[in-house]
Amino acid sequence: MTDLLSLSRAAYGWIIAAMVLVIAAEICVIVWLLLRRFGVLPRQNRSELKRSKPSKRLARIFADGYLGLVLACLYLPIFLIIVFSFSGGSRFTFDNGFNFDSYKALFDSEQSAGLLSALKYTAILAASASVISTILGAFSTIGIYALGRRMKKITLTVNQLPMINSEVVMAVSLMVFFAAFSKIFPQGMTRLIISHVAFCTPYVVLSILPRLQRMDPNMYEAALDLGANPFTAMIKVVFPYIMPGIVSGFAMAFTLSLDDFIITQFNKGDTGIETLSTYIYEDARVKSLEPFWFAVFSIFFVVMFTLLLVMNIKRTQKEAK
Amino acid sequence: MKKFKFRFSRRAFAYPYMIFLLLFVVVPLVIILINAFLDDNSKFTFANFAEFFSDAGGGLTVLGNSLIIGLVTTLICLVIGYPCAYFLAKYHASNRVFVLLFILPMWVNFLIRTLSTKAIFMALDVKLGMGTVLFGMVYNYLPYMILPLHTTLVSIDHSYIEAAEDLGADKMTVFLRTILPLSMPGVVSGITMTFIPAISTFAISEILSSSKIFLFGDAINMHFSKTTNSFGVGSVMSLVMLVLVIVANVIVNLTSKDEEVKSTL
Repeated sequence: MTDLLSLSRAAYGWIIAAMVLVIAAEICVIVWLLLRRFGVLPRQNRSELKRSKPSKRLARIFADGYLGLVLACLYLPIFLIIVFSFSGGSRFTFDNGFNFDSYKALFDSEQSAGLLSALKYTAILAASASVISTILGAFSTIGIYALGRRMKKITLTVNQLPMINSEVVMAVSLMVFFAAFSKIFPQGMTRLIISHVAFCTPYVVLSILPRLQRMDPNMYEAALDLGANPFTAMIKVVFPYIMPGIVSGFAMAFTLSLDDFIITQFNKGDTGIETLSTYIYEDARVKSLEPFWFAVFSIFFVVMFTLLLVMNIKRTQKEAK
Repeated sequence: MKKFKFRFSRRAFAYPYMIFLLLFVVVPLVIILINAFLDDNSKFTFANFAEFFSDAGGGLTVLGNSLIIGLVTTLICLVIGYPCAYFLAKYHASNRVFVLLFILPMWVNFLIRTLSTKAIFMALDVKLGMGTVLFGMVYNYLPYMILPLHTTLVSIDHSYIEAAEDLGADKMTVFLRTILPLSMPGVVSGITMTFIPAISTFAISEILSSSKIFLFGDAINMHFSKTTNSFGVGSVMSLVMLVLVIVANVIVNLTSKDEEVKSTL
């Protein structure tokens, strides 16, 4: 009797999972159609395709099949984690039926407190590092732009170092540096914020610089001629023009800081500060993945993808205009 | 006079950041360089280099293994990624959101993706080892290969392709003699963007092989951990890594003169 019951519960779980999948797919299709309706996505020219030769159509089908396959491989693990976050277990079966146990565990498991504090530190770190690097980046880009040829080249080359350098080397060098001057740089957030600013600011600079180069220098001169002092001219003329670069630089700095693992891992010291990624590493690397983490990852995936998609679609829309 | 003053004041905005770069980017690397020549008692020595290059601590073997795994990963990424980028550029260039889907996974924390794949491998009873590590690496670095390839392929002027066709080249020739050479900067940039992180990352190999496979990034991590505390040899390894990075970037700069590919990241 119990066997029969558990079997039916498993089957029940699978059926609901399948339904969730279908609903998710339908939502995707609806979103896709809506996006096309409002002109975010270009409509494909079907008639042109129909008129083309059969061999061309075959090539097209092959290409799309290949792309679909790669996309499926890229997203399958993510998808499986989300689906089985509703199984309450970590064995990728619906033995216990469809339930929200993993999500309940978010609040009442032994890791809950750790997760909460990790989230707090991640948010504080990402927010402060991105704000600081955006301000630093915005002002210094204007300065770099006005530098002489030689100095400009040297500064931009050094600016590239954190981007091209291997993350491990950057992390290790900062760790050794902080250890050598440990009196000036106390362990904990100070070190983390400095190191995050150090690897985020170059991206901010490089996202503002092209915009500045495209700006007509006469605009600034005109502002001066019309009686603005250099500072007012900067605030009222230069900044509004480079604003899109500043915004995308900020977004990039925020995501990079949020996403960082290696540099944080080396520079967090032993003050007990953990960000989300280092906490995941400490907790989940040795043990197998607990149901708790299925829920965390699912939420992370959904939030991250929605944010990135919305951000990029907005940008595409603006560019289209 | 007024103009001179404004130029001066605008330049001054760069100085804090230049000092910042000097302090937190250049000086740390110099300290690593100095560290490589110091022994435990802070005396000058070549012992760290001797230890690494004589392979006493197994450093060279690890480097060799990492280079091989990095190379294989890069090759697989290129083989899977090139057709991807090509089809995307050919059929879906105007569909930005679809292209974006291939790049998005790169913004989800790699630990989360790696742990997810590990959980799936374990559920399927796949033995963790070389195969799973390679899968994890390719899974992680494929977007980094597709992105620069796509950028170059999209920016190829279509009139070159039409010219080749008009001059009587068949499809294969058009691809081999026009598209492929023109996409070389993207290929080189994709290779560096995959290869450098692939040899130096730690955690992926550790997680997906249950610490059986040890790569260069893991070795650097180990030398700088509190238990081993052999900063000297670790510094030598970091220097080796730095040299690899610089060589790779010199190659990229030689092959591509346009900065577009890199700045899209």
